[in-house]
Amino acid sequence: MRKNAALTQIGLHPQTAPDFPAAAKGLLQDAQLRKNVRHATDVIQAKRALVVAEQTDWQQLREAGRAIREHTLEHLDFYLEQFEANCQRAGGQVHWARDAAEAAQMVVALVQQENAREVIKIKTMTSEEIRLNDALEAAGIHAYETDLAELIIQLGKDSPSHIVVPALHKNRQQVREIFAREMDLPNLGDRPQDLADAARMFLREKFLRVQLGVSGANFLIAETGGVCIVESEGNGRMCLTLPETLIAIAGIDKVVPRFQDLEVFLQLLPRSATGERMNPYNSIWTGVHAGDGPKRFHVVLLDNARTEILADAEARQTLHCIRCGACQNACPVYRQTGGHAYGSVYAGPIGAILTPQLQHMEHAQSLPYASSLCGACYEVCPVKINIPEVLIHLRGRIVREHQQGWSKLNPENLAMQVVANIFQSRTRWEAAQRLARVGQWPFVRHGEVIERLPGFLHGWTQVRDLQPVPPQSFRSWWRARAEQASTVADTGSRKSF
Amino acid sequence: MLSYILLQEPILRISLFIACYNDMLFPETGKAVVRVLERLGHTVDFPLEQTCCGQMHYNTGYQREAVPLVRRFVEIFRDAEVVCVPSSSCVAMVRDHYPKIAIEEGDPRLIEAVDALLPRVFEFSELLIKKLGVEDVGAYFPHRVTYHASCHGLRNLQLGDAPLRLLRKVRGIDLVELKNIEQCCGFGGTFAVKNADVSSAMLAEKVSAVLNTQAEVCTACDNSCLMHIWGALHRQRTSVHTAHLAEILACDGASDVISNGTERA
Repeated sequence: MRKNAALTQIGLHPQTAPDFPAAAKGLLQDAQLRKNVRHATDVIQAKRALVVAEQTDWQQLREAGRAIREHTLEHLDFYLEQFEANCQRAGGQVHWARDAAEAAQMVVALVQQENAREVIKIKTMTSEEIRLNDALEAAGIHAYETDLAELIIQLGKDSPSHIVVPALHKNRQQVREIFAREMDLPNLGDRPQDLADAARMFLREKFLRVQLGVSGANFLIAETGGVCIVESEGNGRMCLTLPETLIAIAGIDKVVPRFQDLEVFLQLLPRSATGERMNPYNSIWTGVHAGDGPKRFHVVLLDNARTEILADAEARQTLHCIRCGACQNACPVYRQTGGHAYGSVYAGPIGAILTPQLQHMEHAQSLPYASSLCGACYEVCPVKINIPEVLIHLRGRIVREHQQGWSKLNPENLAMQVVANIFQSRTRWEAAQRLARVGQWPFVRHGEVIERLPGFLHGWTQVRDLQPVPPQSFRSWWRARAEQASTVADTGSRKSF
Repeated sequence: MLSYILLQEPILRISLFIACYNDMLFPETGKAVVRVLERLGHTVDFPLEQTCCGQMHYNTGYQREAVPLVRRFVEIFRDAEVVCVPSSSCVAMVRDHYPKIAIEEGDPRLIEAVDALLPRVFEFSELLIKKLGVEDVGAYFPHRVTYHASCHGLRNLQLGDAPLRLLRKVRGIDLVELKNIEQCCGFGGTFAVKNADVSSAMLAEKVSAVLNTQAEVCTACDNSCLMHIWGALHRQRTSVHTAHLAEILACDGASDVISNGTERA
């Protein structure tokens, strides 16, 4: 429980987070969290299922989405430069950031250039990825999250556990407690309307006062230089229209070639993300316009290992992601643990493939193993990312790394080598079967069940029994049967003579 | 009985790939497959050189180590007329990964051999429904049964209701639907030991769904899921049995996975 409490109090960082099995073990003890996660993902999944079912061309849409993403990534250099040129032509400024630290510093510098001490933010996971709020805070700049869920997270000194619904692990009563405490509203009710009203009162004043907005981007449109943001609460529309200056942060993977491509993505995204036919607010912001909206508009394009991912042909499809979170809602592992177990703002199946790659495969190595490869994520992915295939590919990269030098002596590698060797020969395989039959005796209870196993196999027997190796293998039975048949045949043929 | 044999021209020579863990741990499944296919009038062959399809190594990240096993499988079954595999995850390995492995190996002969072999490899229920076109295999099993759709069968092989169509034709059966049938049981190969706690939590849900059906037997097309589910059913001292689909289809009244002592432990 202490581990769990710590996880939800401090910011998630893949470099310092405990490995997935350890973090999951702690979170599995939190019955309230598991109940909240289960309830929320059930509700979203049911809504999604309804709106996907009514879209008769859903599979063609998915294929179109996949094809556009694949094409864009193949020509990413071209489309990014096209976006930059068109954005600047419309009066925007484009900045290129190599990594998270550089991006955060760029945003801080842009805010300082405006002499601003406060910013208002639209929900942006990319800003969580670069730990922007910490960087701003360190420079004496306060960021106000204006998305309801992000506000809950910020006021509760918590971390996002889902890419679309960051406070999904909290229920109404818990949100009420946070609001009552942080907004000093002791008599606050816990009806959705009470909570929304409290947030509205708290935020309205910030919208009107703060002159600098920070956003992410759902899509960057190369053809027009526009930035597209979809949202449900209208806080985004406020942040895009009221401030004097707007800074949008976007991964370089967010670009789409044409305005027309939104036709596909604005059908796929809301249905997959929140189970809505369309998002309540769809904003496309292109440059600056006299007398209308921000006077200064910046776009920070973030690489942060994305070009490395692009270079890995097998894993490249990770960058197809449009951040809908459908894989998280569908994942039976995520549904047990919630998002914090993944130690990253990108949790669930997409996080299990994206996070270690964003860390150059140097951290978060337990994440590609945090999946039973059931394939539920691939089934719901609106752009058909074959997540199980990428998980297996990344496992391969991790295994090969641990086969270098002395680390090749790790017990798992040794065991796998031995077993692979056994399977390369019938004689060895048959001998191994006999050996297992004899060698299991210390573990077999009453000659019928194994209830306790040593070493890493203990994980199995902590809640499960194992049936012992039976006296006769299938192949022995087959051979005995074949011998019997030939004896019968021989006897038969002799008789007939 | 005779009617299917008459309708079922041609009689096939079916090569059985039993799967390594079935060979060693679940011989009854293999025997049942042989019984069902022979009852339908086909000839079954079991190449003794077979070992493992390479799935465990491949899925755990030991892709290099899986390559010799892939070559071995392809070599052994190269000339088979039809290959029957009573394990949906092994078929998924062969169908989804062998072509990619062959391409990565850059060996044109392996690529060609894999391409030629794949259309002849069938999961057991798939073989009966899609290739042989039978639903009623003449089984009698007077018990309450629930069917667990293994993820690989459900999603990779798209088995759909093939196993259920076979079960519905079993005489005497009381087939009950398993709630949240599309949900993984939490086995996932090495996942069950690497992430034992999460796997256990997933298993707990599956087991409570199985118990809620009040079935006597939980069946599936993959013994690896059943080994996992059985592990908890047995630990919790329930009286629910597990049996591969083939073991139910093989029952004809003379033998029974429950009363004849062929059940697990």
